[in-house]
Amino acid sequence: MKAAVLVFPGSNCDRDLAVAIEKICGTEPAMVWHQETELPDDLDLIAVPGGFSYGDYLRSGAMAARSAVMSAVVKQADRGVPVLGICNGFQILTEAGLLPGALMRNAGLSFICRNVGLEVLNTASSFTRLYKKNQKIHLPVAHHDGNFSADEATLDQLEDEGRVALRYTENVNGSARNIAGVLNKKGNVLGLMPHPERMIEAAHGGKDGYNMFASLMQVVA
Amino acid sequence: MTEENSSITAETVASHGLSPEEYDTIKQALGRTPNLVELGIFSAMWSEHCSYKSSRKHLRELPTTGQQVICGPGENAGVVDIGDGQAAIFKMESHNHPSYIEPYQGAATGVGGILRDVFTMGARPVANLNALRFGSPKHPKTPHLVSGVVAGIGGYGNCVGVPTVGGEVNFHPAYDGNNLVNAMTVGVAETNKIFYSAASGAGNPIVYVGSKTGRDGIHGATMASADFGKDAEEKRPTVQVGDPFSEKLLIEACLELMASDAIVAIQDMGAAGLTSSAVEMASKGEVGIELNMDMVPCREEGMTPYEMMLSESQERMLMVLKPGREAEAEAIFKKWELDFAIIGRVTDSKHMVLTWKGDTVCDIPLAPLADNAPCYDRPWVVTPKAKALGNVPPSGSITDNLVTLVGSPDLASRRWIWEQYDNMVGADTVQCPGGDAAVVRVHGTEKALAMSVDVTPRYCRADPEEGGKQAVAECYRNMTAVGALPLASTDCLNFGNPERPEIMGQIVGAIKGIGEACKALDMPIVSGNVSLYNETRQDDGSSLAILPTPTIGGIGLLSNWQNSTTVAFKNTGEEIYLVGNSGKGHLGQSIWLREIAGREEGTAPTVDLAQEKSTGDFIRAMIQDKMVSAVHDISDGGLAVALAEMAMAGNIGATVEAHDTTLPEHAYYFGEDQGRYLVATSNAVALVSAAEKAGLPIFRLGVTGGKDLVLNKQAVSLDTLRKSHEAFLPELMQ
Repeated sequence: MKAAVLVFPGSNCDRDLAVAIEKICGTEPAMVWHQETELPDDLDLIAVPGGFSYGDYLRSGAMAARSAVMSAVVKQADRGVPVLGICNGFQILTEAGLLPGALMRNAGLSFICRNVGLEVLNTASSFTRLYKKNQKIHLPVAHHDGNFSADEATLDQLEDEGRVALRYTENVNGSARNIAGVLNKKGNVLGLMPHPERMIEAAHGGKDGYNMFASLMQVVA
Repeated sequence: MTEENSSITAETVASHGLSPEEYDTIKQALGRTPNLVELGIFSAMWSEHCSYKSSRKHLRELPTTGQQVICGPGENAGVVDIGDGQAAIFKMESHNHPSYIEPYQGAATGVGGILRDVFTMGARPVANLNALRFGSPKHPKTPHLVSGVVAGIGGYGNCVGVPTVGGEVNFHPAYDGNNLVNAMTVGVAETNKIFYSAASGAGNPIVYVGSKTGRDGIHGATMASADFGKDAEEKRPTVQVGDPFSEKLLIEACLELMASDAIVAIQDMGAAGLTSSAVEMASKGEVGIELNMDMVPCREEGMTPYEMMLSESQERMLMVLKPGREAEAEAIFKKWELDFAIIGRVTDSKHMVLTWKGDTVCDIPLAPLADNAPCYDRPWVVTPKAKALGNVPPSGSITDNLVTLVGSPDLASRRWIWEQYDNMVGADTVQCPGGDAAVVRVHGTEKALAMSVDVTPRYCRADPEEGGKQAVAECYRNMTAVGALPLASTDCLNFGNPERPEIMGQIVGAIKGIGEACKALDMPIVSGNVSLYNETRQDDGSSLAILPTPTIGGIGLLSNWQNSTTVAFKNTGEEIYLVGNSGKGHLGQSIWLREIAGREEGTAPTVDLAQEKSTGDFIRAMIQDKMVSAVHDISDGGLAVALAEMAMAGNIGATVEAHDTTLPEHAYYFGEDQGRYLVATSNAVALVSAAEKAGLPIFRLGVTGGKDLVLNKQAVSLDTLRKSHEAFLPELMQ
């Protein structure tokens, strides 16, 4: 599998994501600096990592969404290349217009780091096909701005089109309809607040995130 | 030398925190009157914070060497060998005064400062810990301080992407006017890629990198070397402002440059900023230094050399490069959008010379600044022996007592705090906060580091020497309980005003105890920090000092993370044993005595260091041999609280009978005798025979199972315990 992991100033889950991709998919991803204007050809995955790109200044994800590399990401996403945004990556993808909605400050106003319960709702996408429909999994969250928000019409549309990929099984951060992850219309862009890359081996206390990468691998194979 | 030589008056000297005698020494060293820049530089370097002038004499007594030690105190952080060509680099530092004045920024920059101490030596930071003390939960300022400090630590650590994996928190009225924020960072480096701070090579360029210099934090080190009057809040401008985003860029840029061989020496700008970094680099290298103040990147216009030298703006580094390597280094820092400026050169003059707008504004011989800094043998008195407690009657049932204790300020769950810290970034955290010690895998290996921060201030007040020993022993036990071999420690010594003989006596006593314990348990002190003058003047004119709080941070090594264990009961039907010593029901200075009987009295429990060592060795061997499934040391709150913590963590109850019926029930279950562990096992026969072979006392207490904790046939449900345990912080912080 040929993957690229974007690196912005302030990204801090880029290494963890690269380790997970290499461990599960077998090949080392290319690390792509935010000032690059082109991405490698024939990518099977563009991964946008968590962290605090540009220090979360202005709005989380806002400045990264306007960096040079994101124009290339938008082009590739339009061509159907799978794009996975985790945590700050999800925030960047909504700011870049690749995904609907916005991630606002957590309802409790504090940063939240803990394992949360999730339900996998969409098992048709390249990211989730190895999960079972309505499977309950646990993944860690670690964010300050994870409160997913969109207008009612958009939320209805997301639900109707099966684009709510993951839902929290409890109210974690105030997200509308407990939405934890959403897909774009074509189903090739997924943004989620939980960190699958932090739950892929025994040392992490569980492997519930493993199948997100393994699913992508199956698509390629 | 014209620019800032406005005449120095007695008031100027006093406002710089220098005594008249110290001022005379300065004049002698210079052979003339200093100008204001020079006076400012002396005042910063000779502040208690930078010079350790009250404690240095006694710190020399601490053991600092060992086979595992690559670099002991004196550098930015301590360096310990962890095998396979790798080293752990770590240190703990206080940021007490700033965190009281401005809790968010004070705590945040405390984290930033200790991170820089570690990555300046070439290590990638892999974990942060913190030890926090706040005033009484009933004090109106306490929730504000807790909220600000926790948010500040999280705000900084989360952003730089270093997991905050552990710590401890206490509440006591003695901290009402002086909360304590002690932050520790652990990093990992290659042993052949460790960077030191001694400058060398006359003519080599001196380079400033990182953020620009502003007017924040001027005189921070001097402020942190005085007690608080009524005007503590007015000192807010002396607190630095942190930018974790710049720090993250600085980490990556420094590590990128460190992968080459362009750096001769590097030092972060911490307390006393450019002054202390320049002086330390030059004096360690026994060279001179010449800086052109016109080249210093400034955030504001019109900054004077005095301000530039004393600013404590954050996220800055000073380095000496090999000649000809400037362009390559500059490219890296520009890529990371950081300032890079060549601001001077190494000389062989052994003087620090500063020029500004064509004039020399400072010319100081380095020897008196660093090496000849004042060192005081302050008068001290031995802390009087506390009176033994005698018999204390029980008060209510032991199960009711236990529910109260697990929900009391010092024992309640810290979940509200650590859920605000990203404790997993890096994806190597094997044991999160909430256990005995944090366990973090060494990236890319099977090895793991265990780490813990510990001290029991109420013991230290009753008996500084025993308390000092106990702090080290508890740290040793916490690392042992997860299966790690303790390697070394760092100390962060927080006390009141050392000019008071009774406070100085606490310092001397605690250092003695720490030294003995570190020697006996082979945990040499490789780095540390001293924070004095943690006192606040009261309305009646008296001065309230904090409890003596010599915090110990330890690191230990596991050859394989899979050999670590946790406190949680894992299986129903396992047998529970007490290992170490039987215990005498020591209630003096216990949490039970304070929370249930409302008394803070008695002697501190004593620590038998030889017994600690043999018990620790045994526990580690049992973990290694998979003979035990859960391990927890017995500390605050005694045996019953330790049992409750194991049961709550595993969501499995236990039924226990006291093995010693000669003790009153409350003393048996809540006494805080030292050197003891609880273990759960499905291998009882082999465990007992191993203990007997090792000559260690071992006692069967009961068996795991059910959803209740049953102590001497009195039951309390885990739900009741958990409800009490989880309630305190959320309710306080509502």
